[in-house]
Amino acid sequence: MSDQPRILTGAEILCECLLREQVDVVFGYPGGAILPTYDALCHYPDLHHVLTRHEQGATHMADGYARATGRVGVAIATSGPGATNMITGLATAMLDSSPVVAITGQVGTALIGTDAFQETDVTGISLPITKHNYLVGHVEELAHVVKEAFHIARTGRPGPVLIDVPKDVQVARCEFVYPEEPIRLPGYHPPESAPQEQIDAALELIAASERPVILAGQGVLMAGAHQELREFAERAHVPIALTLLGKSCMPEDHPLVLGMMGMHGGAHVNKAIQEADLLLAFGMRFDDRVTGKLDTYARKAKKIHVDIDASEINKNVRVDVGIVGDLGTVLRQLLPRLERTPTPQWIDRIREWSDDGRRREFVRPAGEDPDMPGFDPEKLIAGQVIFDLCRHTDGEAVTVTDVGQHQMWEAQYYHHRRPRTLITSGGLGTMGFGLPAAIGAKMAAPDEEVWAVVGDGGFQMTMMELATAVQERVNVKIAIINNGFLGMVRQWQEFFYDERYYATPMINPDFCKIAEAYGIPTRRVTRRDEIADTLAWASAIDEGPVLVEFVVAKEDIVYPMVPAGAALDEMIRRPTRDDLERRKSEKERGAPKPAPAPNA
Amino acid sequence: MAKHTLCALVENRPGVLMRVVNLFRRRNFNIDSLTVGRTHRDDYSRITMVMEGSREQAELVEKNLYKLVNVIEVEYMSGLPTVERDLALIKVQVDAAARRDITQLCDIFRARIVDVSADSMIVETTGEEAKIESFCELLRPFGIVEMVRTGIVAMGRGDHNLRDHGYQPQVALAGARKSVL
Repeated sequence: MSDQPRILTGAEILCECLLREQVDVVFGYPGGAILPTYDALCHYPDLHHVLTRHEQGATHMADGYARATGRVGVAIATSGPGATNMITGLATAMLDSSPVVAITGQVGTALIGTDAFQETDVTGISLPITKHNYLVGHVEELAHVVKEAFHIARTGRPGPVLIDVPKDVQVARCEFVYPEEPIRLPGYHPPESAPQEQIDAALELIAASERPVILAGQGVLMAGAHQELREFAERAHVPIALTLLGKSCMPEDHPLVLGMMGMHGGAHVNKAIQEADLLLAFGMRFDDRVTGKLDTYARKAKKIHVDIDASEINKNVRVDVGIVGDLGTVLRQLLPRLERTPTPQWIDRIREWSDDGRRREFVRPAGEDPDMPGFDPEKLIAGQVIFDLCRHTDGEAVTVTDVGQHQMWEAQYYHHRRPRTLITSGGLGTMGFGLPAAIGAKMAAPDEEVWAVVGDGGFQMTMMELATAVQERVNVKIAIINNGFLGMVRQWQEFFYDERYYATPMINPDFCKIAEAYGIPTRRVTRRDEIADTLAWASAIDEGPVLVEFVVAKEDIVYPMVPAGAALDEMIRRPTRDDLERRKSEKERGAPKPAPAPNA
Repeated sequence: MAKHTLCALVENRPGVLMRVVNLFRRRNFNIDSLTVGRTHRDDYSRITMVMEGSREQAELVEKNLYKLVNVIEVEYMSGLPTVERDLALIKVQVDAAARRDITQLCDIFRARIVDVSADSMIVETTGEEAKIESFCELLRPFGIVEMVRTGIVAMGRGDHNLRDHGYQPQVALAGARKSVL
């Protein structure tokens, strides 16, 4: 380093700061107000820029990149429409606590407030859907702001941070002095360890419990606490229920792992929660999709809630012991004095419910079980496709889903074995998330086999990103579960809206031809016996994207299901042969359908 | 619905007030009044909020305020020994007789007459909310033309202080120091 002061432009300072944060890839889309930064980017070959086809795609890619590794994902866009196109992606990252830094160009400082061309108040718009945001007023602030933004995005409860940089700030020059000292903010102190009295109170409840269940959420993954969780569960002999985003924090073939809880969770899991005398909520937030009706939720249970975000404690569910801290640290505080007499009869009871649920809900060809209707072996069933994908990849692939029925089937039939191998939009439920997030995940973890499992509806929301995957030669495997319907909405229409399938049938393009137009190798699967070969064919392609369309039955329904607003154990189960007979005769007699639960 | 008073010490930067106000909308809380102003330090501002709701909701507001990066300290004032003050300017319609009556009322309430014209006068009163309310009730028959109130400001008595962490800003933000949030 020379002692000469380095006079750089704001755009160059931005690039320098990204390098200091170990950023290697940025996802973005150029435009007028961000052009000075793009002009600087071309002199920084270590910052690989991925040109997306839409700014929403850029934010989802940054999000997928972040979730696959825990590193901060970076998205760049221009002012106005470029920035507003990022909003869905930022809200997605916010609800799922994903560390993303979004950089937007802004019109020049002198033009702010004049309704200038492509001006929009993006810090105002993004305020409720970012962890924090900045409008940079002067080039001298820029380096500090970038460092602060990354710090805030990745620490505490992670989340998206937006930096809005006016064009003149990108152009202005100043001496570049990187702020080497660690960030200190007067109002931002992510908690770490918990006070001893709370640890003592938790240990006391754990020791006294006979029917405990751990509720493991995404916090386990973000805290990197899967080893501690495993040790805790094994030593205290406590079964583990997973949230959707908590999936993959424990190997799902582990004997203590029950599976997913909630609206489409296992009936046995929900039953265990309702029967438990102690819930240990680790890094989860009692979302309405996992609690069902709140005043009937786990009424027999004492509750211990560990979360890094104090505002989650007592937000939806009142708890007996609320512990604010880093989950790994708190578990390490609990472990040395963890004591509990195992209650094998509790585990046995859950196992009985589980066996029943498996027999009842698991998709199987007709004839295998005399009580269950089964499906026509000629037809493809989505659950079977996912089950085969899991078997084919040994549960080792990174799967990235879109939102809808296929997402729930993924959660039910794909049993993950390693942390951070399921990437899905849980909180916001963003259709269109799957493909771009998978591209981001593959770029972050190039050695992983990455599968985008998407529905025909969500895929069409962001399928322009196929071009990005081709241009970047991203080896992402795309499995479209095509039922020609917005399947989850159709399911609600079937249950709760008298089977009026309005605005849910889709006339789709030929997805294989679309892929071919991009030069993407593609196959269509319509029969069960073609699944295995096709998966093997797709896995063997080791450069660029590959697309497989699975044409599945449109009538299929995600069972079991807790209707919105119903109690967690009031699940709609897959109908048996007898149920179907009864329904048929009721229909013939013109008996009214039972009224659905009120929808929340 | 009970009323709850919260105080927050915040960084004096552009946009901070918007973040605080947005929180109330975003989390569906009701603001009864919100007052913001400078403190003895240039880089801090202080906000006093009064909200309606349950104690649990007030607790959630408190925790969500803490989540804002620019919020340094939050205190739940209800239940603490505090001094709370509200200031009102009230313009009343008057004739000669009413002017005399109002002047007497002002004496009783230790209100000040700050403007007099031929057919109206402005009185200023400071105090706790209840006192201002009852003063208003007494003035109402004369005909209140307009009224403005600052909303409540609150401070803990004795050693109940909103702590400050001895924070020094790391970077001088040009122009930001004279910000009114």
